[in-house]
Amino acid sequence: MTQFVLNGKPAESRQPPDTPLLWVIRDELGLTGTKYACGIALCGACTVHLDGAPARSCSTPVSAAEGKKVTTIEGLSANSNHPLQLAWVAEQVPQCGYCQSGQIMQAAALLATNKKPTRRQIVQHMDGNLCRCGTYSRIVKAIERAAKGA
Amino acid sequence: MKKHENIELIGIKVSRREFLGASAGLSVAVTLGLGGVLSSRDALAQQKRSFNAYISIAPDGTITIQSPAPEMGQGIKTTLPMIVAEELDADWSKVVVEQSPIAAPFAHPIFKEQFVVASVSTFGYWTPLRMAGAQTRRVLMDAAAQRWNVPVSSLTTEPSMVVHAASNRRLSYGEIAAFATPPAQMPALDPAKDLKSMKDYRILGKNIPRVDAPAKVNGSAKYGIDARIPGMLYATMARAPVRDSGPVSSNAEAIKKMPGVTHVLTLDNGIAVVGSSFNAVVKGRRALKVVWRDGLPGDGLYSDLDLQDYVEHGRQEFRPAQDFRITGDAAKAIAGAAKVVTREYLTDHAYHAQMEPFNTMADVRGDTAEIWVGTQAPTRTVNGVAAALKTTPDKVKLNLQYLGGGYGGRTFWGISVDAALISKAVGKPVKLLLTREDDLATGNFRPMTAQKLDVGLDAAGKIIGWKHRVVGESPTDYVHFPGRLAAQGNRDTIFMMGAELPFYKIEHHRSEHVMEKQRARTAAYRGIGSGYTKFAIESMLDEIAHETKQDPVQLRLSLMEFPRARALVQKVAEMSKWGSKRANTALGIAFAEYGPNIKISSMIATVAEASVDRKSGVIRVHNVWVAADAGLAVNPDGIKSQLESSIVWGLSCCLKERISMVKGVVQQSNYHDYPILRMSETPEMHVEILSSTPLPTMVGELAVPGVAPAVANAIFTLTGKRLRHMPMTPQRVLAALKA
Repeated sequence: MTQFVLNGKPAESRQPPDTPLLWVIRDELGLTGTKYACGIALCGACTVHLDGAPARSCSTPVSAAEGKKVTTIEGLSANSNHPLQLAWVAEQVPQCGYCQSGQIMQAAALLATNKKPTRRQIVQHMDGNLCRCGTYSRIVKAIERAAKGA
Repeated sequence: MKKHENIELIGIKVSRREFLGASAGLSVAVTLGLGGVLSSRDALAQQKRSFNAYISIAPDGTITIQSPAPEMGQGIKTTLPMIVAEELDADWSKVVVEQSPIAAPFAHPIFKEQFVVASVSTFGYWTPLRMAGAQTRRVLMDAAAQRWNVPVSSLTTEPSMVVHAASNRRLSYGEIAAFATPPAQMPALDPAKDLKSMKDYRILGKNIPRVDAPAKVNGSAKYGIDARIPGMLYATMARAPVRDSGPVSSNAEAIKKMPGVTHVLTLDNGIAVVGSSFNAVVKGRRALKVVWRDGLPGDGLYSDLDLQDYVEHGRQEFRPAQDFRITGDAAKAIAGAAKVVTREYLTDHAYHAQMEPFNTMADVRGDTAEIWVGTQAPTRTVNGVAAALKTTPDKVKLNLQYLGGGYGGRTFWGISVDAALISKAVGKPVKLLLTREDDLATGNFRPMTAQKLDVGLDAAGKIIGWKHRVVGESPTDYVHFPGRLAAQGNRDTIFMMGAELPFYKIEHHRSEHVMEKQRARTAAYRGIGSGYTKFAIESMLDEIAHETKQDPVQLRLSLMEFPRARALVQKVAEMSKWGSKRANTALGIAFAEYGPNIKISSMIATVAEASVDRKSGVIRVHNVWVAADAGLAVNPDGIKSQLESSIVWGLSCCLKERISMVKGVVQQSNYHDYPILRMSETPEMHVEILSSTPLPTMVGELAVPGVAPAVANAIFTLTGKRLRHMPMTPQRVLAALKA
């Protein structure tokens, strides 16, 4: 059994320790905002925070979360009002939307450590998150908007 | 207007009456829609009054509008209800949008089913949805007129309000809904007279925010992969790597003993591993060893070698070809030309690479089934599942989820058939999800092509004849049903889209399709044929411009008469400062239309600014400017976002995307060897929308076709080297630079 804190509340998993954290979050604990897309940490759709740092949950065994704080898109804010979530709507970023939980979690980790990132820093930090709808330019604008308001 | 004029739309012949949709879609909607479809599924049905299949209004003024088309990112869940709300004269802030059920009243007026392809949802539903709104508005006005005992002609509406100006009385739509009874026969309105004119629009033409955005930033939006019900099992599949193949034997018995695996099922097209968690079934699938049936056409598919054969077939004039568009006599004009320019262009197979791998949750009980899936083809999915289960479509309930990307990839319904068969076999609800590797290995691809163009010039350098042979597999039967291609006279509009040249004045023109044997799994892929035919056509025009020492913008303008098209080319030249000198970059231009014919067509002019790293061969695109005309701009920011999206798609395909096959087996496996465009590779995009007609036309794929030729043309201007094989990978660029 693995114990950790999920979005501020104690959680436990009975899955084998090598089970990817992604499936524990989605299937065992029922939070489906975190997405599966590549399964081998190539695309960022499954990004969550592990003790505040962005992690690819598809390639993180649940055992690595033992005793740690896991934050998913559902736990990013109480009322969908994280500055990035507001900026994402203001810039009308999502299209199909499937990658956006991972994009927002990746961006949130940036703003947590760098409140005023340059455009170059934003692109560098976000470049591992793929978006097949090609919403990249609006993602950049949304991060800049959130950083301005922060 | 001729009475029996027919229009060909993406391979389907429809009468003008059907196309206008004034009667077809809506009469069904009204007859079946009164209470029937909605009341059973809607907990608030007793309070809400349904006026037709699309609209119900609650006493508190909340207006619920059904959106009939699958939402895959194109914004259709916002756009279509906007059209209804406009003619209803609804207060948009009171509108709640629901995804409609899969039912006859919601069928696309052209396809006669719920089916999202070819960027024709807004265009196709346009008149019926306006009529649905207008008729409901009239019913509300009639009810108010009766209550006030005044003629309906003395009434007007303001958003969600009926007004009698003479007596200064007002009733809100909610108040009317509380007492009004929709008539058995809806008022007969005339679409030519009883619909709003553009100047009166309050909603259309505004940047209305997407209704799905809030749910897509907090994880609550539900995709097919997110469906879950108690007691369900998880499944994944090894599907046959070669088209039409299936399993002969496997180590299923050993896999069954693996922890968490409950069943290993052999289906016609593959082997399913079922178990208690996705992790367990993926481990089972990885350990699975399958012997696949051979002796199929696909076994002979070696894409690199085949492409060279395609080139030969393009050159072999004796090889029969299917006419696509013929005007004048191209062969004769070219034979008599002072100069003939001949060029060949190649494009590889391409994969949709949608972020959400194929999946379906199915719950089959007896002869009924419930399905959760995000699909572009919900009606076909219902019918396909019903056929596979040997039941009737009314016994199959489909819960349409958001699509984690579609792009033509989700027009297939086989994944839901597989899920239903697995659920039936194990007697429990099952969520079937392919791994990325299986999604890619068994993907359906844009067909690869070789294209040969022969262009005849007169002594002054004027184009007098144009012949375009496109060589490749026909995808139409595979995408739809066997026999569909023959039914449309062997004209493969998916494959040949873009090869018509309606906006260039070339007297003798011939485009034709040299059909190759069907060996690959092929699909409609965002941009369809235009994604490669425009690469060839617009590169060729650039080659001719250089051969004849003409400016590429001027050459295009000299061929264009249609004012809308000319305006776009002039606009994009102005936006990009065409003609100004640049240090280490160059500009390239392309023009493309997207639509079924000259009357119903969106169009776009594209300029790309590119540079190349001569050491690595990596092309960098710095800026892309587009000027686009999609008719009435229903939601301008929505159009802008689709143009940005399709620019990125077009560039990704232009630079990176390549599927290769050996013995019919795909050689790539995930995003590392099938890369798609990243944020750092995304150019600055500059979009202008010029709106010129009162009818909304195609948007979702519009910017795809122009990007690749604009980039190739820019690279030629910069380096003097011509890139004629897409994708323009660093190796190919280096080879071209050395040549």
